[in-house]
Amino acid sequence: MKKQNNRAWFFVLPVLVLVAFNALIPMMTVVNYSVQETFGNNLFFWQGLDWFEKLLRSDRFHASLGRQFLFTGSILAIEVPLGIIIALSMPSKGFWVPVCLVTMALPMLIPWNVVGAMWNIFTLPDIGLLGYFLNHTLGIHYDMTQNPLAAWATIIVMDVWHWTSLVVLLSYAGLVSIPDAYYQAAKIDGASNWAVFRFIQLPKMKNVLTIAILLRFMDSFNIYTEPFVLTGGGPGNSTTLLSIDLVKIALGQFDLGPAAAMSLIYFVITLLVSWLFYTLMTKDDQK
Amino acid sequence: MAKITLSNLRHSYYPNPKTADDFALKQIDLDWQDGGAYALLGPSGCGKSTLLNIISGLLIPSEGKVLFDNKDVTNLPPDQRNIAQVFQFPVIYDTMTVYDNLAFPLRNRGVNEAKIGERVLEIAGMLEVTDMLQTRASGLSPDNKQKISMGRALVRDDVNVVMFDEPLTVIDPHLKWKLRSKLKELHQRVRATMIYVTHDQTEALTFADQVVVMQMGEIVQIGTPVELFERPNHTFVGHFIGSPGMNVLPCEIREGRAFFNGVDVPLEGEIRGKDLANTEIGIRPEFISLGPKGIEAKVRKVSDIGRHSIVEVDVAGSKIAVVVEDEPPNLGDTVFLIFQQDQTRLYSEGWLATRNGGAS
Repeated sequence: MKKQNNRAWFFVLPVLVLVAFNALIPMMTVVNYSVQETFGNNLFFWQGLDWFEKLLRSDRFHASLGRQFLFTGSILAIEVPLGIIIALSMPSKGFWVPVCLVTMALPMLIPWNVVGAMWNIFTLPDIGLLGYFLNHTLGIHYDMTQNPLAAWATIIVMDVWHWTSLVVLLSYAGLVSIPDAYYQAAKIDGASNWAVFRFIQLPKMKNVLTIAILLRFMDSFNIYTEPFVLTGGGPGNSTTLLSIDLVKIALGQFDLGPAAAMSLIYFVITLLVSWLFYTLMTKDDQK
Repeated sequence: MAKITLSNLRHSYYPNPKTADDFALKQIDLDWQDGGAYALLGPSGCGKSTLLNIISGLLIPSEGKVLFDNKDVTNLPPDQRNIAQVFQFPVIYDTMTVYDNLAFPLRNRGVNEAKIGERVLEIAGMLEVTDMLQTRASGLSPDNKQKISMGRALVRDDVNVVMFDEPLTVIDPHLKWKLRSKLKELHQRVRATMIYVTHDQTEALTFADQVVVMQMGEIVQIGTPVELFERPNHTFVGHFIGSPGMNVLPCEIREGRAFFNGVDVPLEGEIRGKDLANTEIGIRPEFISLGPKGIEAKVRKVSDIGRHSIVEVDVAGSKIAVVVEDEPPNLGDTVFLIFQQDQTRLYSEGWLATRNGGAS
């Protein structure tokens, strides 16, 4: 048998160190906190799995987890179809292509806290462009600091405005990669527009759409900055999403143990859903 | 099925074509007989795909008409012309099974399922894909994918014409041969008009009864493979068909006789036409032999290609290829060329300028 040279492992070392410092070590400190209780002064007491058990039974956690799924579900249900429709109606060649692409990319270039602040001002009932228009021109009572429904509508619309472009750009990339021959063949085969979409465009967009949905799921499930700046989780707790709740527990109440346990559960949910979705979507390809 | 007539067809991709060079198709008048097997042969960019797309209706010609059985279809979209086309790259519907792929053109036209099943099975049998009918089309190899594309084109039994746009480009060489003979066989079974576009002379000559050779947007010659080989109408056809192509040698005309490098070369027949210009002698390498006397030449290159050798010789700066069946001469040897008279033709401005038969 050939003698193996194991020195090649040294090449992996830099990456290992990098991953250790940016992921493994911080995560282990969280694991460490999650099984202990502290009252400050760097004094820790062993707590076992208590925090996990309490958290999983807590109504507060259930409520924010529910809100989180509602939020992520709503924005995916809007952004994905809307993104596809916009991508389908974009020109495939000519002068307007770069114009469309740049316009589409603009919202994504704005820093997240600025987006929150923009929409906050935009929707102020008395001076915000949209707030004033709704309240004083259309006469609809709209105040997202008072009305939970208005607050929800605002964060969803804000996210749709901010992130639909991502779905558009990815879908568009999928669409332009379809050779003309497919459309010509479909024409000759007498396919309807719906059949062209269903049997040519959608299958060709499947891979990029999987990535788009995955990215949007992860980002929206972990969203913090924009709703925090916009509503601060209010009115009441009505827009307190998981991450906002987590920060309240960790930094507001300084309950490090429960916050750490929550982080881990949060992380596991995100990972699990992403994995399940990706596995289901790519299952067919491996056949 | 129908006879297809192209009349005064011109096409330009520019909105306002001015010179002749702006036209991708310069002037096409052509009849395709019902049930024929045609090949459209020419180098890349000669306008053959443009012509095909005009027949299929993917392009509307700038000028002229397309008639199916004397009915004007120039402005009809592809789905109303009842034609079928196979593209260079296999087009298959990934998410469907092979069966559904083959059934797709029929389903779109509202044919009932019983009839569809019958047709699909028949076509699948011809293409030898019956055992994969229930598999997903996306996992097939390129040659099977292209077979499915062909199957979709052949599944409708009422099409006016089936067109193939360089369908074997992506196929492995050893499968090319199989698919090519399959196509020929299919033509004999379905008897539909078929037009096969290619830049590969072997594909064209094996598939077609009639080959249409195109160059720079014009038709240079229409004929059977044998006609194209033996009497090229234009030096381009001579070059393009045959391997190596026809030798084309500059010559002078004095008193009705052709002189190459000062030597009188007997032609196949009398010279026609008065205004001769840029006259050239055309003779295929297969019809030149080496003898004890004749045109003196020096051997520059010898390539052994198996059954025979191709000897490249030099006569006063003109290169001439000669096919030698037996032992080839050595490099640098002086040899004497004998041109077979009935295969020696004169070309003027590229076009054939001798009459057939009867020595001059």
